Amino acid sequence: MLNIPQIRADFPILSEQIRGKQLVYLDNGASTQKPQSVIDAERYYYEHQYANIHRGVHYLSQIGTDLYENVRRQIQQFIHAKHEHEIIYTKGTTNAINLVAYTFGRKFIQEGDEIVVTEMEHHSNIVPWQMLCEEKKCVLKYIPLQPDGSIRLEDAEQLITPKTKLVSVTYVSNALGTINPIQELIALAHKNGAKILIDAAQAIQHFTIDVQALNCDFLVFSGHKIYGPTGTGILYGKEDILNAMPPFEGGGDMIKTVSFKGTEFNDLPFKFEAGTPNIAGCIALGTAIEYVQQLGLENIRQYETELLDYATAQLSQIEGLKIYGTAAHKSSVISFLLDSIHPYDVGVILDNMGIAIRTGHHCAQPVMDHFGIPGTCRATFAFYNTKEEVDALVAGILKAKKMLS
Amino acid sequence: MHTINDIQDDIIEDFSMYDDWNDKYEYLIEFGKSLPLIDEQYKTEDNRIHGCQSKVWLHGELKDGKLYFFADSDAIITKGIVGLLVKVLSGHTPKEIADADLYFIGKIGLQEHLSPTRANGLVSMIKKMKTYGIAFQAAN
Repeated sequence: MLNIPQIRADFPILSEQIRGKQLVYLDNGASTQKPQSVIDAERYYYEHQYANIHRGVHYLSQIGTDLYENVRRQIQQFIHAKHEHEIIYTKGTTNAINLVAYTFGRKFIQEGDEIVVTEMEHHSNIVPWQMLCEEKKCVLKYIPLQPDGSIRLEDAEQLITPKTKLVSVTYVSNALGTINPIQELIALAHKNGAKILIDAAQAIQHFTIDVQALNCDFLVFSGHKIYGPTGTGILYGKEDILNAMPPFEGGGDMIKTVSFKGTEFNDLPFKFEAGTPNIAGCIALGTAIEYVQQLGLENIRQYETELLDYATAQLSQIEGLKIYGTAAHKSSVISFLLDSIHPYDVGVILDNMGIAIRTGHHCAQPVMDHFGIPGTCRATFAFYNTKEEVDALVAGILKAKKMLS
Repeated sequence: MHTINDIQDDIIEDFSMYDDWNDKYEYLIEFGKSLPLIDEQYKTEDNRIHGCQSKVWLHGELKDGKLYFFADSDAIITKGIVGLLVKVLSGHTPKEIADADLYFIGKIGLQEHLSPTRANGLVSMIKKMKTYGIAFQAAN
């Protein structure tokens, strides 16, 4: 059981007043707020321990290196990776997917090969593959959405074939909340000799992930969506695949020796980590993961499911409100439209009441095209949200409806 | 003849009556609803300003040395603000429009709608209105 009042007290921003009203933060799918411990960790590091890491012989550099590398081990354990060098620090999910597109994609995907995504992908899991397809003359295919916002395995079986070199799918849809059957998709990809990347940006903060049990080839996520700092992220890749991939960016830290005759690249994970990284951010990401682990991902999952069920029931009672994304397996996302009212207008009215939701296409335009709508209003819940906040959202929507109808 | 600044000052005065957001937005919404802003023939892709969320259309015409604007939006609050901008700028000379300092938006507390991150097309709309002014000024 989670102690919600105590948890809320850990997040200083939750007691902010917005336009003179108590903040109701329901935009957790875009980014999550930070507990005091994460803010303190970053600050403490800059105040007491900061220096550039790796290769420094002096005291501060060694402390920083230890902290930074400890978090790598912590993340290895958190996602149950086999080796710590399978954990690559990135700037975020987008950066991690681009890394795979530029390295794995350029080396292993050739003309006529196929890449399979789903229709519900975020733009960052579409555009890098389109760019690769443009360059390599390979083909991007997508598993279509069903009316409830899920995908069908029969469609996946049709689309994932021996021509497929890579399947890149989101674990959870950011726009609809659908939880995809990734276990089955991973098996399907492997049966056809393809590798598979799981975009866990909307999953890592909601439930336990075990990359070895899943047997996925790559898994990516952002730090800022799991209560950590912006500009941090993780690419997990299986050791043998990462070893076979060429480096991404060239520069310091990713080399063993450099001369003008040629350069010898460093081993994993440093081969993919050129330049000075977001050291403070990565250290604080460790604190964020520790926070989530202390609450317990199973407790988080249960509580967020309870909130989602409550919010779905409450919002469904509003006349003229339509929920987009009604799959049987969903995470705590509710995307909706109110009559024919433009989502932007609803967002503006709620904002004036101190309620933060997101409006628009949520960087998933193909999803909106599928439903033939310009965008939705989206409320996304985290473990610090409450039923009272859901009630405030309902009251806000009713007010918006009254003002805008 | 009212200058651009006269009209801005009038709007500022109108809005000064509203002491909370509720009244202000109700006014904007009603204003937006009451405006048949653009003829369907001008709602073309060429006239569309690409915001990320709400769509805005803008058409400009020169008549007797004055520049007239016709505009619309699919979001009603955006349409209300679009209507205010048209009210302020339309019917003035291209030079007056190109040189206009649109201070009223900030004064009536709607500055946040002009943030580029709002992606509602308003920033681009103002830019396009000014561009019309500059272009017709050059053509004159």
